[in-house]
Amino acid sequence: MKARKDPKGELKRWEETILTKVLDRFPERRETFKTTSDIELKRVYTPLDLEGSDYFAQLGFPGEYPFTRGVQPTMYRGRFWTMRQYAGFATGEETNKRYRYLLDHGQTGLSMAFDLPTQIGYDSDHPLSVGEVGKVGVAIDTLADMETVFEGIPLEKVSSSMTINSTAAILLAMYIAVAEQQGVKPESLRGTVQNEILKEYVARGTYIFPPQESMRIVTDIFAFCKDHVPQWNTISISGYHMREAGCTAVQEVAFTLADGIAYVEAAIAAGMDVDSFASRLSFFFGCHNDFLEEIAKFRAARRLWARIMRERFGAKMDASCMLRFHTQTAGCTLIPQQPDNNIIRVTLQALSAVLGGTQSLHTNSRDEAYATPTQDSVTIALRTQQVIANETGVTDIVDPLAGSYAIETLTDEIEAKALEYIEKIDSMGGAVKAIESGFMQNEILNSAYAYQKAIEDKDLIIVGLNEFVAEEEPLRDILKIDPEVERYQKEKLARIKKERDSRQVKRDLETLREAAEGDGNIVPPVLDAVKAYATVGEISDVLRDVFGEYRES
Amino acid sequence: MKGERKIRVLVAKPGLDGHDRGAKVISRGLRDAGMEVIYTGIRQTPEQIAATAVQEGVDVVGLSCLSGAHNHLFPRVVEALNEKKAGDIPVFGGGIIPVDDIPGLKKAGIREIFQPGTTIRDIVQFIEKIVQR
Repeated sequence: MKARKDPKGELKRWEETILTKVLDRFPERRETFKTTSDIELKRVYTPLDLEGSDYFAQLGFPGEYPFTRGVQPTMYRGRFWTMRQYAGFATGEETNKRYRYLLDHGQTGLSMAFDLPTQIGYDSDHPLSVGEVGKVGVAIDTLADMETVFEGIPLEKVSSSMTINSTAAILLAMYIAVAEQQGVKPESLRGTVQNEILKEYVARGTYIFPPQESMRIVTDIFAFCKDHVPQWNTISISGYHMREAGCTAVQEVAFTLADGIAYVEAAIAAGMDVDSFASRLSFFFGCHNDFLEEIAKFRAARRLWARIMRERFGAKMDASCMLRFHTQTAGCTLIPQQPDNNIIRVTLQALSAVLGGTQSLHTNSRDEAYATPTQDSVTIALRTQQVIANETGVTDIVDPLAGSYAIETLTDEIEAKALEYIEKIDSMGGAVKAIESGFMQNEILNSAYAYQKAIEDKDLIIVGLNEFVAEEEPLRDILKIDPEVERYQKEKLARIKKERDSRQVKRDLETLREAAEGDGNIVPPVLDAVKAYATVGEISDVLRDVFGEYRES
Repeated sequence: MKGERKIRVLVAKPGLDGHDRGAKVISRGLRDAGMEVIYTGIRQTPEQIAATAVQEGVDVVGLSCLSGAHNHLFPRVVEALNEKKAGDIPVFGGGIIPVDDIPGLKKAGIREIFQPGTTIRDIVQFIEKIVQR
């Protein structure tokens, strides 16, 4: 029998002989290679990098704590991720048409985009809504609009995700009310409300109320759903928007989980037992260009959250420790130059999300650096997911990259660096304080600026932007929102206001005010108000009056 | 160059859009290029932006909008500046702006529209050229 080779000695031998010889003649492309999170990459990873790593502590089996390898034991061998394209624009009618089209073409869940007035609690006839109605999402003023959106779509069969935050209680109430009209009980509804206000202060900007008051609404929704809509994901703790604002993969994990910690603490402070709500928490990440780092990011996030839930919060149930997440490919990586190349970027990003074990996925469309996507572009994006799912074979093995020296090392490094950030945020008094002081915002801006500089200095090559540039005609076949939408929406709103029982609306809004002023849960009175066709603006105004408004400092 | 006043720029976010990465990165880039930059923060009305521009005595106004409301908001800023007899302050913009909207915006008095992928260097050059002192 031959003696086993010593890995350290062997590596040294290789470096001093084979490697040196090549490096002398052909220097590498750069002095150092780094990920977007500034993690320095080695040339080659070997068993030495995983020396002393305990498989069961670090990885374990899929569907088992710490869930590094995935939240389910069979993953995509059981069923594929939910293919969920974020969609919605113009009116309820237009949006209903797009949803039916997507479902007809094999999409498996809905993801609802609202226009900015709906997200910020203004009706379509508010002066600040001019120019924004039906842009970036569908305009919802009253329950009547929501009825139109879901006409002919059986809510017991689809799961729906709603990107709604400050006004989440109102839109969730409308969804429940539409379901009841269809004869579907709240307990059988499946879906998600984003309901994630902290990242709105950091990155996305659709806040209305100050942080403390907003957190109360968030936990009211937790408590209401726990009792009445038990299959509903009550929050989607989101790194996506911070990533889009420019943060790195490590910062994305750190800030998202730090926000997650703040929500868990708020719910516990509101009197809930951690295991009574934690399994309904869900997450949302972006998926950027750095393929291997992204895969490692998802795995690191899963392990770190599991440990936080068990070690920090003493969660007993395994389900409370599972980080289940939605992924969207990174909109900020799409460029208007040579737009078809965006399809390739999206494909690779989507593949890394799948290799990272996502539960649902939105793939961006090639034309999103121009406008809300056309139906043709959305179809290609959906087909991209179907090709990955059905043709590549990556779905047949659970967590197929586990054990890769590089992936496991990156996973460890991302977890360690994210934890450092979380400890720093802890020492500032937690995520709410870190946001109020502008810490996260500044960190994100620094990263965004560094990224921009790297592109301008050609330290980072973006094909078609700063290299391989070509003269071309700009893309003209894009989706245009008819300016008539605003007029139509205002007329519909006026009609509903005339037809409804205004005295009932007044009474319901008064009951809501009392709940908001006291410590009652605001969701039940919101539900009564939407059923009486109170508007998003009217309900938000009552809450503005009680809670006050947040202004960016 | 001695004694020369720095170029003063107002970077503003009109409308309800909260995507401020571009506005913030450009603000920092212009500062690094030696300009004085005032950034309004998000959710400004055109009237507020015009008032700030006049009050701060800026040389140029840059608008950023990614929500698709630019066709309404950008021209309103120019109008509001005119109403304040400050129509000589040049206005430019950027964001998610379809190519076909650019001629209309220029006709309404927006001097230039920058699309995603524009470098800070391009914007610095544009401002230096347009600000006549």
